[in-house]
Amino acid sequence: MNMAFAFDCGLAVVVTGVAGWIVLTRATFGAVAGFVGFGLLLTLAWVRLAAIDVALTEAAIGSLAGALMLSATARLRPREPTTAVGPGPMSRVVAALLSAVIAAALAAAVLSLPDPAPTLTPAAAEHAAATGLGNPVTNVLMAFRAMDTLLEKVVLLLALVGVWSLAPDRFWGGRPSLLRRVEPGGTLDFLARLLPPVGIVAGIYVLWEGANHPGGAFQGGTILASMWLLVLMAGIAEAPAVGSRRLRLTLIAGPSVFFAVGLGGLFLGDAFLAYPEAVAKPVILVIEFAMTLTVTVTLALFLAGPPTREPFP
Amino acid sequence: MSVLRDIVTATAVVAGAFFFMAGTVGLLRFPDPLTRLHALTKADSLGLGLIVLGLLPRATGLLAALKLILVWLLVQLAGATVAQLIAREARRGMPST
Repeated sequence: MNMAFAFDCGLAVVVTGVAGWIVLTRATFGAVAGFVGFGLLLTLAWVRLAAIDVALTEAAIGSLAGALMLSATARLRPREPTTAVGPGPMSRVVAALLSAVIAAALAAAVLSLPDPAPTLTPAAAEHAAATGLGNPVTNVLMAFRAMDTLLEKVVLLLALVGVWSLAPDRFWGGRPSLLRRVEPGGTLDFLARLLPPVGIVAGIYVLWEGANHPGGAFQGGTILASMWLLVLMAGIAEAPAVGSRRLRLTLIAGPSVFFAVGLGGLFLGDAFLAYPEAVAKPVILVIEFAMTLTVTVTLALFLAGPPTREPFP
Repeated sequence: MSVLRDIVTATAVVAGAFFFMAGTVGLLRFPDPLTRLHALTKADSLGLGLIVLGLLPRATGLLAALKLILVWLLVQLAGATVAQLIAREARRGMPST
């Protein structure tokens, strides 16, 4: 048995163990802390599967989801029941039976998969040269399955609308508040002035490398979003008012550019989202840049939460 | 040459892993937030430094080596700052001594 195999087995056991612990633990905070660790372990698992793009995305989404859940935990804490009120024995039995049936059905489905599994990999690899990009994952995301990526970005926008809709009427159009008790010249202030220049370069680097290596708009956007959040939390800059026209235009920049290119393909080319082969790479880069802008702002505003201050008259 | 390189890598990475282990034991065993933070951040900075040191001879080029060092510096910066922030929050809840 070689070292790599032993490591993979250990990783699988730990991932499953942590997942079980998250489900079983009673304390919400503990479960969220476990979930953050679970995300990092999962990132490691994706690296071991040589899926670096997915690993980067998991690291980005995992930490974002962790931060969102931590703030939700803090908000829920006063209302959390101190004594656990469990379901009765009857519903426990029914739930256990249902879970067992679902687990058995899933196991049967997995066991009956055809071997080798049907795959589109050869088809994707065969046409890889058409776009001029070196990263096959970006090829699939931006060209072969561009429709999915477009809709995904629209979903992000809808989610942000969902967050904003939690605002009370009088705060509508106002600014979310991220301000903590920050002393000027303190530790957070220092970090928020030192780190962003490095982080912004790193974010754009990840975006740019996405054409040929693992990386891309989402991963780069997450790094940029965290830099912006750092600046907002240190109180160096103000969060934008959610009613601001400039903010709204930034939010729809990515999907609009994507959609416009898609319509262009419909009228000038063969189909919706068909890129002219000669300029496929520049077109994809333009979409990626617009998307990065939107992803950055959307993700940061997720964490900033609904507006809590009245808009200025 | 390659044997020497392997020895450097193995020694440094094992030493780094030892510091990570020590930091984790401290995190689990120490009595209050401040000492736990102390154990975690000191051991992690040193542990990661040693692991990066061990990986440097195996880097594919100068650029990769510089990236490794940059990662270490960034983790140092983030770790030290976050430890300060957490410690400040923790002290708020403690009786002043």
